[in-house]
Amino acid sequence: MIELVVEGACIGCDICVRVCPTDVFDAVDGRAPVIARKDDCHTCMACELHCPADALYVSPRSDPDPAADLETIVGSGVLGSYARSLGWKRGAPGGTDDDPGVLTAFNRAPNPNDKVRMQLFNISLRNYIDVESPVRDA
Amino acid sequence: MAATQDPAARLAQGSYDTQLAADVLVIGGGPAGAWAALAAAECGASVVVAEKGYTGTAGPLSSANTGIYYIKPDDPIHRHGMVTARMPLAFGLADERWLERTLDQSYANLDAMARWGYKWPKNEAGQEYRARLRGPDTLIFLRRQLLKSRVRLLDHSPVMELLVSDGSAAGAAGVNRQTGDTWSVRAGAVVLATGGTAFLSGVAGTRGNTGDGYLFAAEAGAEFSGMEFSSQYAPAPHGGVLSRGAHLEYATLFDNAGNEITRGRKTVEAIEHTGAAWAILDKAKDEATRAMLRATHAHIFLHLDRLGIDPFTEQYRIDFRLEGTIRAVGGLAIDDELSTTVPGLFAAGDITTKEKVVGAGPPGGGPAAAWAIASGSWSGSSAARFAQRLGPSANTRAVVSIGGTGLHAAGSHRSDLTVADVTASVQAEMIPFDRNYWRSGVHLEASLNRFAGEWAQIRDGSLTPSGAATARDAARDLLRGREAAAMLATARWINASALARTETRGLHRRSDFPDLDPAQEHHLISGGLDRVWVQRRPVGTPEEALAS
Repeated sequence: MIELVVEGACIGCDICVRVCPTDVFDAVDGRAPVIARKDDCHTCMACELHCPADALYVSPRSDPDPAADLETIVGSGVLGSYARSLGWKRGAPGGTDDDPGVLTAFNRAPNPNDKVRMQLFNISLRNYIDVESPVRDA
Repeated sequence: MAATQDPAARLAQGSYDTQLAADVLVIGGGPAGAWAALAAAECGASVVVAEKGYTGTAGPLSSANTGIYYIKPDDPIHRHGMVTARMPLAFGLADERWLERTLDQSYANLDAMARWGYKWPKNEAGQEYRARLRGPDTLIFLRRQLLKSRVRLLDHSPVMELLVSDGSAAGAAGVNRQTGDTWSVRAGAVVLATGGTAFLSGVAGTRGNTGDGYLFAAEAGAEFSGMEFSSQYAPAPHGGVLSRGAHLEYATLFDNAGNEITRGRKTVEAIEHTGAAWAILDKAKDEATRAMLRATHAHIFLHLDRLGIDPFTEQYRIDFRLEGTIRAVGGLAIDDELSTTVPGLFAAGDITTKEKVVGAGPPGGGPAAAWAIASGSWSGSSAARFAQRLGPSANTRAVVSIGGTGLHAAGSHRSDLTVADVTASVQAEMIPFDRNYWRSGVHLEASLNRFAGEWAQIRDGSLTPSGAATARDAARDLLRGREAAAMLATARWINASALARTETRGLHRRSDFPDLDPAQEHHLISGGLDRVWVQRRPVGTPEEALAS
């Protein structure tokens, strides 16, 4: 669940207040938003991803994380690591075309005795499509 | 707080701060709701989306990837191969035509996303791969497309009740939980896309999934099908919340005694009987494979990293967490047009039954995602056509608001039960393996008796304290009461259906009837609020051709 709003990094845009699907934050005039309803956090990490200033930290735990104190988290370099791992920048999406998992070099055939899995594997190889310069809607 | 500011009282009086009218109202802004709205707008309808949270981050898809069907209609080997591979997994309850219809619509929608600019990865030969979507990117991408399509988005605007005109759905009313304001949307047709429910089991991205739409639909008289196929559990790291297992393709699993086990039922049995299950990604041996897994399943590794787990070199403990009706099967009964049994009330995504596509399940994320976007499109265009047939007089119809349990004004008669009491009672039956993963007649009967008593207690009283200081706090309290009522009602349809199915089939397991019974290859239809009912319906669809 959400653990930290780093006051020193926050730019006061209140995007987290808007995008949080469980309404965890309250906006505060002239200051960083506060975590007002921590128990409602469902750890989707959307706030952290959409934060343009890497000012939020969400713990993966379902219960409060006493180890997630400000000094430790800021010092660890973990702030913004979710966005970096996906290729998002300053709260803007990116990186969906960067997925080495689709390389055929990583295709692994299942146990040939498992006929259903084998059939699904063989047809999954047909997922790839040839694309020429795609026609984009205006 | 003055009584006139109490949102429950204001809803009861029809006193709304904002009043909107549209051809189509979509309730829920996840992938199914987004596609319903896009399809309705494409048909020329004016559309409003009311979302409890935020359209663009709402629902379980927000927290990770999903596989999805992308099968070219002109590749018969691919299409036929998928159909023949899936049908045996459906335990006799699916309909091949519905599976094919879902494959084709999923393909069409993903191609539309490509035209709109969504970018997919390519392999070494420059071929593109569209059979996986990144959750957070997809949702915010669809939000932008909705805004481009002039769909009006109401965020943080939970629906509290449907508006009905002469038995037909005619809109909805709700609150804005960030302001405490009330609102209403009059509409020619309504699409419910509020998702399934995990009964607040804690799984990532599911706090909003409290089954609200099931309750709204039942209050209008809608019926359910296959609610017993709802015992969906998925692996998550111990102490964590992200229930995804894609990376476990590279894992070896062990019980607590160190014996190797397989994924699924054997893992649950290991947790039950040996105390724990463990995983290690030892099939990812080289650095390139490990780097690939980190990049491809970045969400999963984010959670593992922050839990301090190195899954490649150490065995780590895994739990199976309840997803309930999310990614499962059971839900609202629908016809070929995605209409519920209530005129003007359509449904899409996890809130509907998926029996026609995946049978008794388990469907997995890919089919569930394909179903979400395909059924979304169908329901949206059906709703637009329904509204267009009604014409401009649709939104001058006389309406009544039909919300009941959980909606009573704070300060009115107080129920002896609180939101916490009701939630705890429901969770006690829905979460433990020995109640819901393995069901039994004796527990199901006891739970149904208790639930009936609790429902009788809360139906006429307020579930929340009357001490809210502001309209905003009162709106949040009201939402909590409504969510608790929805979870209790949903648990009753599930357990009544589970009691009636005296066999084990797909996502329904009975410890007292552990085998499949060929004589029970039928659907179980359920419904009712004060009196819950279940009846059998034979497998099969009407003779007329399916709309494509």
